[in-house]
Amino acid sequence: MLLHDTALVYGRYLRQSLRSRFALLFGVLTPLLYLLFFGPLLTGLPLGGRGTSWQVLVPGLLLQLGLLGALFAGFTVIVEKGQGVEERMRVTPVSRLALLLGRVLRDATVFVFQAVLLVLAALAMGLRAPAGGVLIGFAFVALLTLSLASLSYALGMKVASPQEFGPLINAVSMPSMLLSGLVLPMTLAPGWLDVLSHFVPFRYLVDAVRDAYVGRYTSAHMLWGVLVAVASAVGAVTVGTRVFRRAGA
Amino acid sequence: MAAVISAAGLARTFQTKAGPVEAVRCVDLTVREGEIVGLLGPNGAGKTTTLRMLTTLLRPTGGAATVAGHDLTADPAGVRRVIGYVAQSGGVDPHVTVREELVTQGRMYRLPKAEAVGRAGELARELDLAGLLDRRTGALSGGQRRRLDIAMALTHRPRVLFLDEPTTGLDPASRAGLWDLVRRLRDRHGTTVFLTTHYLDEADALADRLVVVDRGVVVADGTPGALKLEHTGSADATLQDTFLAITGRGPAPADGAPVAV
Repeated sequence: MLLHDTALVYGRYLRQSLRSRFALLFGVLTPLLYLLFFGPLLTGLPLGGRGTSWQVLVPGLLLQLGLLGALFAGFTVIVEKGQGVEERMRVTPVSRLALLLGRVLRDATVFVFQAVLLVLAALAMGLRAPAGGVLIGFAFVALLTLSLASLSYALGMKVASPQEFGPLINAVSMPSMLLSGLVLPMTLAPGWLDVLSHFVPFRYLVDAVRDAYVGRYTSAHMLWGVLVAVASAVGAVTVGTRVFRRAGA
Repeated sequence: MAAVISAAGLARTFQTKAGPVEAVRCVDLTVREGEIVGLLGPNGAGKTTTLRMLTTLLRPTGGAATVAGHDLTADPAGVRRVIGYVAQSGGVDPHVTVREELVTQGRMYRLPKAEAVGRAGELARELDLAGLLDRRTGALSGGQRRRLDIAMALTHRPRVLFLDEPTTGLDPASRAGLWDLVRRLRDRHGTTVFLTTHYLDEADALADRLVVVDRGVVVADGTPGALKLEHTGSADATLQDTFLAITGRGPAPADGAPVAV
């Protein structure tokens, strides 16, 4: 039943995404602009890592895509609560967990699709990376989306209005982005900033994907990245499930 | 006839920053199979909260209820399978077509794909939506939207249909059409209908029995005729007068001198 319901909810929301092709492509715009207009600035700089500057930048942009996109996912729940769609679904026997999983899996699909577009553009700009590493990067985008979208939907269920939701998300997204070294690696940071950034979970994901992009699949960074990503996803889906189960009755 | 809804001491208190708010304090009611029952009451009396509890959207903080043999708190999933609910605001995505919404809804009630498609066509014919199946729901008129909302709640042929202010905002012809639809549902399929309304003509025309709530408790329960006789002394009284007599919230007393002319 959970599988049936999740597939049903996933289908409903995937069709919703496909209906707005513009929004589907729009999400990739910000990281694409970074790639086009910021990426070339780094090509000659010593970034303190292995590989080219593209192998440092692109992993960061992939996770930025997931971070910014998935954090705002919960916005749609607020809209659907307003339309009465959320309650109309909740009054059916459909699994509460499926109402969450169907949505976050749709988001994972959309952001991995956007990540593919971004990598294709990066290839044209000069990125060269092992295929295995690129695939691992997509897997991290998917895991990050599961975590953040689950939390975002949970928040969307809790708050009453978009006015409460937006500022909260902004308060989380900006520091996370800066402190995780998404744009430039934290190896460039002074000691205190590097230490601080280790308290931000995204830091471990970025380090892991950067290692993947230079073919280091068995490094300590990779191990930590996988652990943090999987643990976050499990934790976030658990929190989301609790909120979705409890909403209403 | 057997009771299809029975509630005893049903209550809901909301915890707010300003302290607890007792939206529903104690609702006792019994609805028999095939009855059309109207829930009346002033704004804020607890009608919608009562309805949201009976439809499993809100957990009661006190009391107990069974709907079609399923206990509200112990078996909410069982309740959901046998009821249909139309909220005040409806609940369809404006960008989705009528057909897609109806089919998805059927599948949420676990109908197999082919059956859900068939049922969507059947409901569209029955509720006069047949020509609109491929239209986006956002492009429907108010009356068409309302019929779609009801069709959505009927995909699984529920035994009990809950309607929250079903005709608010509809023109007179659409309202009359909706009343016919509700009666037809009961007459043809034996569906029990429990609805809230602010329109006393609607309650008078449609409901077999009225339950009046005020300040979170049931203050009157009976057929429209019996309530009129009991509370105004005349079976020919208007329901409006009866309602005001029950809730004690009439307009300024008629014998009082006007404050200003």
